[in-house]
Amino acid sequence: MKNKETKISLISPRTGKAMKISSGPVGQNRTPGSIAFNIFNYAFVTLVAVTTIIPFIYLIGASFATEYEIATRPMFFIPQDVSTGAYEYIFSSSKILRGFGNSALITVCGTLINLFFTVTMAYALSKTRLRGRNFFLNMVIFSMFFSGGMIPGYIIIANVLGLKNTYWSVLLPGAISAYNLMIVKNFFQGIPQELEESASIDGCTDIGILWKIVLPLSLPVLATFGLFYAVGHWNAYFGAMIYMTGAKEKWPLQVLLRELIIMSNGTAGDLTNMADDFVQPPEQSIKMAVIVVSTVPIMCVYPFLQKYFVKGVMVGALKG
Amino acid sequence: MASKTAERRAVHGTGRVYWQRLGAEVKRDKWLYLLLLPGFIYFIVFKYLPMFGIVIAFENYVPASGVLNSEWVGFKWFESFFGFPAWTRYLSNTLILSLMNIIFFFPAPIILALLLNEMMNLRYKKLMQTMLYVPHFISIVIVVSITFVMFGPSGIVYKATESVLGHPINYMGSPDTFRWMIIGQTIWKETGWGTIIFLAALTNVDTQLYEAAMVDGAGRLRRLWHITLPAIRSTIVLMLILRMGSVLDTGYDHLILMANPLNRKVSQTLDVFVYEQGIKAGQFSYASAIGLMKSIVSVTLVLASNKIAHLLGEQGLY
Repeated sequence: MKNKETKISLISPRTGKAMKISSGPVGQNRTPGSIAFNIFNYAFVTLVAVTTIIPFIYLIGASFATEYEIATRPMFFIPQDVSTGAYEYIFSSSKILRGFGNSALITVCGTLINLFFTVTMAYALSKTRLRGRNFFLNMVIFSMFFSGGMIPGYIIIANVLGLKNTYWSVLLPGAISAYNLMIVKNFFQGIPQELEESASIDGCTDIGILWKIVLPLSLPVLATFGLFYAVGHWNAYFGAMIYMTGAKEKWPLQVLLRELIIMSNGTAGDLTNMADDFVQPPEQSIKMAVIVVSTVPIMCVYPFLQKYFVKGVMVGALKG
Repeated sequence: MASKTAERRAVHGTGRVYWQRLGAEVKRDKWLYLLLLPGFIYFIVFKYLPMFGIVIAFENYVPASGVLNSEWVGFKWFESFFGFPAWTRYLSNTLILSLMNIIFFFPAPIILALLLNEMMNLRYKKLMQTMLYVPHFISIVIVVSITFVMFGPSGIVYKATESVLGHPINYMGSPDTFRWMIIGQTIWKETGWGTIIFLAALTNVDTQLYEAAMVDGAGRLRRLWHITLPAIRSTIVLMLILRMGSVLDTGYDHLILMANPLNRKVSQTLDVFVYEQGIKAGQFSYASAIGLMKSIVSVTLVLASNKIAHLLGEQGLY
């Protein structure tokens, strides 16, 4: 933060007295206009921040309420009679538990696959001595700007590779994010060469160096990108929705949520799927509890996310 | 080409020497090539094969005959799209939604970043940021689900409007509210997160400018207008150029969740068309043709807006 307050005194041109000026966008806080601005500013930003949070608080509160209370009471955060019925229902429903399990499986395996593919390729590309390096780098960069689009990708995965209704259809297509790959590559390039050279004199192969020297030094980076990828997998629904149409038992939570809450709604769309997908609209409290349960894992890692993701965006912003 | 070859020869030797050397280097780095292999295969299979798969836009692709052996039909799909009277509706739905996004969503992170930047209580500012970034990490399915639970017929907002106005508003199933719901969800989900890039740009502002302006008697709003805003102008332009490139993208993963038969009239954008025709109806060639047109327009728009940025004296994207 460069624009923190640094106090300097100046002679005011109008009054001739020494005046204190704190630099930074706020500066003197004494004028009525400035105070009014501050009041408005703090109030407005607080209002916006509260608006982003309030749906979650309401949902958590209401998910513990009885159906009657949700239907009759206006906005409330703490239910009058606490009921855990919705959660009991969820945790006894094999469908939802299975969805939770599928999401966990996809997140864990997907993230491991992501890290394996990203780290191996990034390490190879971080070596400037590698012949053909520029060709491979350009191949990666070009794919960031141009893509075949939704349908050709679908055809390759579903018709050519025949991955429909398998977990591979959601694990493999996003195995590397070109953007993350470039950042990891740059990080590897920044590791001092001497460490690796001494190991190679000791007879270590490149794979040995990566495993024994580079990876232990990169644990924070691996954690960061592991989180990036894991959140992506946990939140993804589109791939599972289009590739796992015939394997409902493999559906992750997000696809189940879509069915339980969005499609079961009175107004819900996608009538073509309605005939076989139609389910009885669940009670409000159950819907809320499912939303809460599927958000909990994200909330658990949120403190780390905020720390690392912000940094990640900054790196991208300053590099670009 | 010729000079490049000559240059390479000068560096790496010619003829047998060149090949011997190449062989030795590849042999030396064999483990690195092995490490490169999984990623290389990934890019070929999942990025480059689909790019060549675009040819199906000019074919009558039938899965049984495959991409290479399907019948070649030239521009038939493009002609049939423009011969179809409703195509203007898809285009206008796309453009209206995009335009609303640029008008209402695009400035939101800029304004919020400016306001956050004016907060001198850093701990409070940090608290606000912690709250504001949360929805970015929530999946779009959950965002839409929350909307259904709160705005749907048994939701709290639905009932509140009913008791205030005396009649309910069908937020989730009406063509009149559809676009506003989409924009509202986008603003709610991404405004906080969008501030980061502008806040980063704001840390680079020279504080002497503020001091000088203050001595000259500039108030808070004047300083905001004449110093802070110009300081992030190039970031704004950059983001706008990037946004222009996706003017035909309406976020299919978001729209598909919000679209339903009741709001069909306004929810059918080009993205929804590609999804419905291609993946749901199996008209792969037709859908790829529309997807290809979209990509071409996007690339053109990015190039054009970058050019305009240069003409206006901004640095632009590259």
